[in-house]
Amino acid sequence: MIMMRIPKLIDHVDFGMTSPDEIRKISVTKIVTADTYDEDGYPIERGLMDSRLGVVDPGLRCRTCGARAGDCPGHFGHVELARPVAHVGYIDAIYNCIRATCRKCGRVLLQESKLEEYHKWITEMKETGQKWWEMTNKIVKSASTTEKCPHCGETQASLKFEKPTSFVEGKNRLTPSDARERLERITNDDIMLLGINPKVARPEWMVLTALPVSPVTVRPSITLESGVRSEDDLTHKLVDIIRINQRLSENIEAGAPHLIVEDLWELLQYHVTTYFDNGVSGIPPARHRSGRVLRTLAQRLRGKEGRFRGNLSGKRVDFSARTVISPDPNISINEIGVPEYIARILSVPIRATEHDIEGLRNLIRRGPDIYPGANCMISPDGKRYDLRYADREELAKTIEPGFTVERHLMDGDIVMFNRQPSLHRMSIMAHEVRVLPGRTFRLNLSVCPPYNADFDGDEMNVHAPQREEAQAEARILMRVQEQILSPRFGGPIIGGIQDHITGAYLLTRKGTLLTREHSQQLLAAVGIFTDLPKPAVKEKGTEHWTGKQIFSMLLPKGLNLTFKAKICENRTRCKKEECEIGAYVVIRDGQLLHGVMDARSHKALDRCEVLDRIVKDYGTTAAREFLDRITKLSIAAAAMLGFTTSIDDEDIPPEAKERISEVLDNGREKVNKLIKIYDAGELEPFPGRSLRETLEMRIMEVLAGGRDRAGEIAEKYLGLDNNAVIMARTGARGSMLNLTQMAACVGQQSVRGERLSRGYRGRTLLHFKSGNLGAEARGFVSSSYKDGLRPLEFFFHVMGGREGLVDTAVRTAQSGYMQRRLINALQDLRVEYDGTVRDDRGAVVQFVYGEDGVDPTHSDNGKAVNVEKIIERVVGE
Amino acid sequence: MSVGFDIGQHVLVPKHEILSKEKAREVLERYKISPHQLPLIKSSDPVVKAIGAKPGDILQITRDSPTAGRAIAYRFVIEE
Ligand SMILES: [Mg+2]
Ligand SMILES: [Zn+2]
Ligand SMILES: [Zn+2]
Ligand SMILES: [Zn+2]
Repeated sequence: MIMMRIPKLIDHVDFGMTSPDEIRKISVTKIVTADTYDEDGYPIERGLMDSRLGVVDPGLRCRTCGARAGDCPGHFGHVELARPVAHVGYIDAIYNCIRATCRKCGRVLLQESKLEEYHKWITEMKETGQKWWEMTNKIVKSASTTEKCPHCGETQASLKFEKPTSFVEGKNRLTPSDARERLERITNDDIMLLGINPKVARPEWMVLTALPVSPVTVRPSITLESGVRSEDDLTHKLVDIIRINQRLSENIEAGAPHLIVEDLWELLQYHVTTYFDNGVSGIPPARHRSGRVLRTLAQRLRGKEGRFRGNLSGKRVDFSARTVISPDPNISINEIGVPEYIARILSVPIRATEHDIEGLRNLIRRGPDIYPGANCMISPDGKRYDLRYADREELAKTIEPGFTVERHLMDGDIVMFNRQPSLHRMSIMAHEVRVLPGRTFRLNLSVCPPYNADFDGDEMNVHAPQREEAQAEARILMRVQEQILSPRFGGPIIGGIQDHITGAYLLTRKGTLLTREHSQQLLAAVGIFTDLPKPAVKEKGTEHWTGKQIFSMLLPKGLNLTFKAKICENRTRCKKEECEIGAYVVIRDGQLLHGVMDARSHKALDRCEVLDRIVKDYGTTAAREFLDRITKLSIAAAAMLGFTTSIDDEDIPPEAKERISEVLDNGREKVNKLIKIYDAGELEPFPGRSLRETLEMRIMEVLAGGRDRAGEIAEKYLGLDNNAVIMARTGARGSMLNLTQMAACVGQQSVRGERLSRGYRGRTLLHFKSGNLGAEARGFVSSSYKDGLRPLEFFFHVMGGREGLVDTAVRTAQSGYMQRRLINALQDLRVEYDGTVRDDRGAVVQFVYGEDGVDPTHSDNGKAVNVEKIIERVVGE
Repeated sequence: MSVGFDIGQHVLVPKHEILSKEKAREVLERYKISPHQLPLIKSSDPVVKAIGAKPGDILQITRDSPTAGRAIAYRFVIEE
């Protein structure tokens, strides 16, 4: 049992600093020479590539641990610095420590009583788990302004910090040695007040006397094809440090002039600083001979591709695949079509038992290239047999219970499907595999909304969970059908789109009658093979079924609903059941009696009453079934009844065009009149507005009214017999605004909510006089899209369009960053069993989740109970 | 207090009350927490000054809530 380990509990973690002694203790060798390899290519002893620091070349053994490359973790060495040097990473802390303490006695520059008080507070804050180190800022602030030491009476000199690593006290420069001496004087009791935990750190350790030399495994050298060795940036930097360190100690020993020693010392400080962070402000970054900026320690950690965001939060994984997606209405929303060539690579480990051993034996025989087969066999002692190269016939004989076979991905396996950006829970859902021909992942169109996917080249990822626990967890918690309701608004986020709406409308609207043959064809497409109900129309030997009857066969028994469809015109008096357009929907005991199915009944992200009711009352399995069926039925119905849209859907008769241009001329006239009144100084300003603003507002009002009137005129000719209108009114795609812009008039173009004004002085284009405030001079487009825009109108339209593009680009960048921040802030919050929301240290964030304790996915329109709905459901009226 | 009016009367200021010793203990017991795990409020907060609460007190706050109508929260008064 290799897998079994003794569980250990991490009690707590301390972050501290490494002392010089510690650095020397962990060091396997002192590094004294800046050379790396000798002429034969072997590492030089006590050089930067000393073989005690670990090995990277295959074949060699580590002189410290004896392991080969790959197994040897690498070991630290160290350099004895000829003179101490400040650590840039701690420079702020060094500055705080020095200015908050006395230059003579080293005590914190506050009254003894005050110190004791702070001490008490910090101890208390520590015990109660508060952020005690935040006190430091306050202490440093008040201590650093003290002029005379309250302990020894010494007058303090002003201390200035010069970026990046030096300090000036009065007129004298503080050398790192001076700084270190100061830091050494601070007592353990006092450093706690400065934010340092004396158990794990001493302030003087922030000024280095010994520098750790990272193991070679951290900075491997690479051999180019030409045989030339190329060293890592860190090695280059260490070479610099050792060279200067050597020269410095030689000069000190030879008793060189003070100035030269000082210069070398400063140079050493520069190299050590850039070794840690080559991006500090105040000094030029260290460069490679080629002029490339070196990538040193801090650069390896920071940023998007740094160790944290690039390798720890976002590491790459095995058992995953990525390809283009395409739609498939014939698979369930729970399923995903996986191409065979991917199924042959992704695998699932299966532990052999007596019951399935024969099947596994077969898979082994088929091997990695014939689907379904297997890629690998693992014996109980952990030995792996790669089926690509092994004698599979032989291996098939050796397998017995206890062996594991990594077989190809097969129908019914559970995988996780993901589309970036993963902005919410539903961006990763579990699907059941259907291995299908082709080279794309296929998904049911109803799951497009949660992924925000379309098929213009989108790619998605698949992850195959390996262990049974992971698979069960994915199946129970992450399966698509469990995600139909969005926790964001408590309604379905998975549901019908586009043709699912149009098709259902065409089928259920008044006048759709189907012969027996047609009815059965539709039901066969759905996969319902039960008998048809009684025909609604039966005369002269012919029988016909209404579309409502066919649709009702998808509805569960006992479903009672009454609601207004999306196409409802919201007249003052609702005709209810008598509504001509079927906007009043009545469902009784699973029979659609009145009204039509449209966006209000089953569209994703809409108030889809039918789907919503089915998920909440009949469960997720029933809802999944309903969605799978409605996808197929709507598409079959649309195909059978015929549906198309083209540019002549936006045709309106000439008399309508005339009336529209009249209305627009009228508007222009009114604008000109307003301008005249304004020029004459007779315009009455709105309260709190300037004359100019008032004029703008009134012009916009007039022009908006003009466009709306034009739209209304066009709408009179765009009725529900028009396919484009069907799509707009049922909520399937597009809006009436889109249509009237195509048919009648595009309307005012704007930038930042105002009429266009930028461009030239006082005018938008040179075709106008400066100061022209008229409609067409300020971006009013009176043409329709269908007629086509005039050149100037086209230009204005592009201006307005550009703003939209810039906005979306800026918004995505901003909301992406906000999302990151929110996730980081909220990721540890959870709802406890007592209903409170708490963070990771058990502190209460909300006393009752959402203040009402209601989970929106189990609520009805955000309320825990909706009495009216319950009565309707039970009583049926 | 020097402002000359009672900020508790303002529509945006929810009702703050100081809990008695027993009530406070009850609250801590109910949620099984130490006072520092409650949301904190500084003693310099205008409301805290107005009702005269001292560091170590626990306040009960009754707020209007868009979801629940009325919601009760507790905050622990800390120094400064
Ligand atoms: Mg796309
Ligand atoms: Zn080693
Ligand atoms: Zn002193
Ligand atoms: Zn109606």
